[in-house]
Amino acid sequence: MCVGVPAKVIEKQEFSALVDVMGSRTTVGIIFVPEVEVGEYVIVHAGQAMSIIDEEYAKESVEEWRKLTDARTS
Amino acid sequence: MQELLKQSSNPEILKPLLQAVKEKAAEFISLYGRKPAFMEVCGSHTMALAKSGVKQALREDVSLISGPGCPVCVTDQHSIDSMIALAEGDGRIICTFGDMMKVPGSRQSLMDAKINGKDIRVVYSPVDSIRIAEENPGKEVIFLGIGFETTIPILAILVEEAYKKGLGNFSIWMTTKLVEPILRHLLNCGDVMLDGFLLPGHVSIVLGEEAYSFLPEEYNIGGVISGFEPAELLSGIYKLLDIAITKDTRIINDHPSVVTKSGNVVAKQLMEKYFSLCDEAWRGIGSIPSSGLSIRREFDQFDAKKKFKVDPGEPKKTKCRCGEVIRGLINPTDCVLFGKACNPMKPVGPCMVSAEGSCAAYYQYMRECN
Amino acid sequence: MEKRISLAHGDGGELSHRLIKSVFVEAFGHNNEAMFDASALTIPVRDIAVTTDSFVIKPVFFPGGSIGKLAVAGTVNDLAVSGAKPLYLTCGFVIEEGFEISDLRAIVSDMAKEAKKTGVTIIAGDTKVVERGSADGVYINTTGIGIYENGRKPSLQFTEGDAVIISGTIGDHGIAVLAERGELGISVPIDSDCASLNTMLLKVCEEIDDVRIMRDPTRGGLATTLVEIAEDFSLTIVLNESSIPVREEVHGMCELIGFDPLYIANEGKAILIVPNEHKDKVMEILLQFPEGKDAAVIGEVTGTEKGQLLLETPLGSKRLLTRLAGMMLPRIC
Repeated sequence: MCVGVPAKVIEKQEFSALVDVMGSRTTVGIIFVPEVEVGEYVIVHAGQAMSIIDEEYAKESVEEWRKLTDARTS
Repeated sequence: MQELLKQSSNPEILKPLLQAVKEKAAEFISLYGRKPAFMEVCGSHTMALAKSGVKQALREDVSLISGPGCPVCVTDQHSIDSMIALAEGDGRIICTFGDMMKVPGSRQSLMDAKINGKDIRVVYSPVDSIRIAEENPGKEVIFLGIGFETTIPILAILVEEAYKKGLGNFSIWMTTKLVEPILRHLLNCGDVMLDGFLLPGHVSIVLGEEAYSFLPEEYNIGGVISGFEPAELLSGIYKLLDIAITKDTRIINDHPSVVTKSGNVVAKQLMEKYFSLCDEAWRGIGSIPSSGLSIRREFDQFDAKKKFKVDPGEPKKTKCRCGEVIRGLINPTDCVLFGKACNPMKPVGPCMVSAEGSCAAYYQYMRECN
Repeated sequence: MEKRISLAHGDGGELSHRLIKSVFVEAFGHNNEAMFDASALTIPVRDIAVTTDSFVIKPVFFPGGSIGKLAVAGTVNDLAVSGAKPLYLTCGFVIEEGFEISDLRAIVSDMAKEAKKTGVTIIAGDTKVVERGSADGVYINTTGIGIYENGRKPSLQFTEGDAVIISGTIGDHGIAVLAERGELGISVPIDSDCASLNTMLLKVCEEIDDVRIMRDPTRGGLATTLVEIAEDFSLTIVLNESSIPVREEVHGMCELIGFDPLYIANEGKAILIVPNEHKDKVMEILLQFPEGKDAAVIGEVTGTEKGQLLLETPLGSKRLLTRLAGMMLPRIC
């Protein structure tokens, strides 16, 4: 339905933020995530940050995959 | 964090994960004597499954049916023709996502209209169209508002900006679609047999996990909210298999790093403020009550449908079976036009032209290779 | 001298003369050939290669180059991938009325610099001026002449197991130019890869006996060029997705707007198909050159009956790659 890309917040203004996607930079709106802080990652869709990526959950997902795969390789 | 994100396409994780899914699928098959069938609701999932090779790798294990989640593909021909007719008017600048440019109208596409001299601009960020309206006070600037719930809040921002700035030359042509009504429609029709839904990760950012509770509660069918990277897709399918095997029908949020229980409150409020429910026509399905959003009456001045009279005439009839593809009734290859009369260079229906359309995904990524 | 090009600069009179003298002759030098309507050349061999290409690019200056550098490097590369040593270039300019002469000077100077670097001589030229609005700044056509010195051309004979090599990261040019246009509001800190590859590629041809084919994947990108090779010679080529070099920044921009690096233009890259037993040697040569420092073996010829290009994903699945269908447009879904 929608292309969404993880991007790191580099600078924050009131309604917008400069974000970095693996070295490419663009300004996105942050109306939907006003609480976002510099250094955090967001999902960008059509020029707007839609959600802040929760690092703890991201870690948990990776650990879960590893558990599934470790169970198979051991 | 970047390292963490990269893990989702790390082959060392992917290969054993794929094996785990295959074994889980074998378990299902030995239990029920048939392949499990899941629908990926979202077009970006269709694309990601095909591009990463997940769909091909699971060909023998799981049937993955593409659903109605490509906004371009579900737009009915009359709406497409109307947007193109709108672009044909004088003194207008049409702003659109690139996705719409090549969609075939009954007479021509937006791309053709542009070649014929109409001012049609592709924007990446819809708010650019506000700037274009400010820079061109003598012209009517119209944004073609397509999309599901991920994109609709961004259209709400447009109305808000235009309202604040008092722009008299800006409007939106809304043909938006909502996820819940179409899922209900598919389930009510009952013509596709499904063991669960792979639910759209990005739409769910806005809607939240709770938006899908009607699936297990009213239809006794489960779903997993999934991301778009290969490991996320495999993990999502694994959990769908788990639900189907244990019959513990529920919704699992397998994308919790970005999807919360109740979604994005600001986005939902903005949608509520500027838009209200309306009936929408879906390609190949017809009108579904309250399945889309249109601009509230208080903000009529930004509603291009109220502002401009457009008569595109009767849509041209073709043998295109996009409608059945969208509903998951047939595979793209079942359509006689597929790959022959209909291909990405000369698309007959929108499913072949949209990057995330099922037909385009099949054409680009799924054609038999030997 | 005037600041901008006027129609009179193209009318063949005094202004034309002054423009040619002060811009073109100054940069390219005054060769005897320029005194006549045609250049008389002595070619030392029987086999020559000729190619022509027109360059239209917006913007005319971009990170890593300009239309001038591109007009030389592009034609030089077309000769070099054919295995020919580039010797001569001609150039034709179509200039829009009002174009800044200082910009023209910079473009011509880039051409001269690139010609010197590659060892080609610009032997003939032409200038036309068109009314404002009839062209977009400046267009350049270059025709190149090269020679096959030792009679050694790519063999165009393939066998199963032949290695497919790309001389560096893909998509740099297309993305650098797209970002420089500024229409999408995305900045990408990379330069176009625009570069002449003749020295590097001729070195490969000298050292390796049986280079099968070389091509430069410009418009349509790596995938489109390889599909053409696969179809033209009935080859099944399998690429390994994870070994294809793509810069992070290019990947990032592509993710944002929904583009695929496989289909984005390159202007300083070559695809080489070589016998499997020579692939290490070829890689060794490429890696010695700055233009080849990111070279990688990206796939192999697996069959010589059916013309198709396949991509093996990190999961191990294979999918068919086709030509670029129409132009890529930024998308949200």
